[in-house]
Amino acid sequence: MKPLTVEELTQKIDGRLCAGQGAAQREVRSGCVCDLLSWVMAHAKKGTAWVTVQTHMNVVAVAELLEIACVIFPDGMEADAAVLSKADETGVPVVSSPKNAFDIAGIIHAAGVRGV
Amino acid sequence: MASINLLHKEYVIEQGNFLKAGEASSAIKQILRQLGVSAGVLRRVSIASYEAELNMVIHSFGGTVSADISPHAVVLEFADTGPGIEDVELAMQDGYSTASEEIRNMGFGAGLGMRNIKRCCDGMDIVSSAGGTKLTLTFLV
Repeated sequence: MKPLTVEELTQKIDGRLCAGQGAAQREVRSGCVCDLLSWVMAHAKKGTAWVTVQTHMNVVAVAELLEIACVIFPDGMEADAAVLSKADETGVPVVSSPKNAFDIAGIIHAAGVRGV
Repeated sequence: MASINLLHKEYVIEQGNFLKAGEASSAIKQILRQLGVSAGVLRRVSIASYEAELNMVIHSFGGTVSADISPHAVVLEFADTGPGIEDVELAMQDGYSTASEEIRNMGFGAGLGMRNIKRCCDGMDIVSSAGGTKLTLTFLV
């Protein structure tokens, strides 16, 4: 199966790409739903799509360091302009979706992506 | 044989500055990437460095991170100015954390950081007193 891109994933979850548009063609290789940053540091990989309700600056730092595919905020959550600007600067795609984390994970899983 | 030190870099870490937290780790990673260090080592250095940097931001009065890069190893030294780790052995235990509720709400302070650091490096040395903590991490390249 052809790997899902961040852009395709964004469409599937009715999301909006709020930052990092330049990396929208990045491939999504795995998925992770987690709000503990150290846990994500230990488990997420390059190409992971990460769903989290944490919307502060350090989410971008973790995403950048691990080269994860994208950060997804559920329930229509948005990040501050400063966070989005940092995400643009470091090339981290940030997606905001109106769906909840459980449904987002289900949709991504149904598209062939598996957990880390 | 004398080791050849290719590069020495130093970064200042500020107490409580979550907006800048992670920038030193990111800068170190970019340098290593430019030097052609393998993806596996890059990942290990990034994880350990980020955890140690965040520990300094959250728990210390601030300090510096220095990176010494030679052809065979990357050595990172995290030196802060206090208040020190009261019980290092306890701090190394999984799930142990002294982080505040506010810090935990940000997704930090789960007591997983030290384990992540230990798992990712090839050598770890920690010396702590009220005057400061020095954490030295070695990664074989």
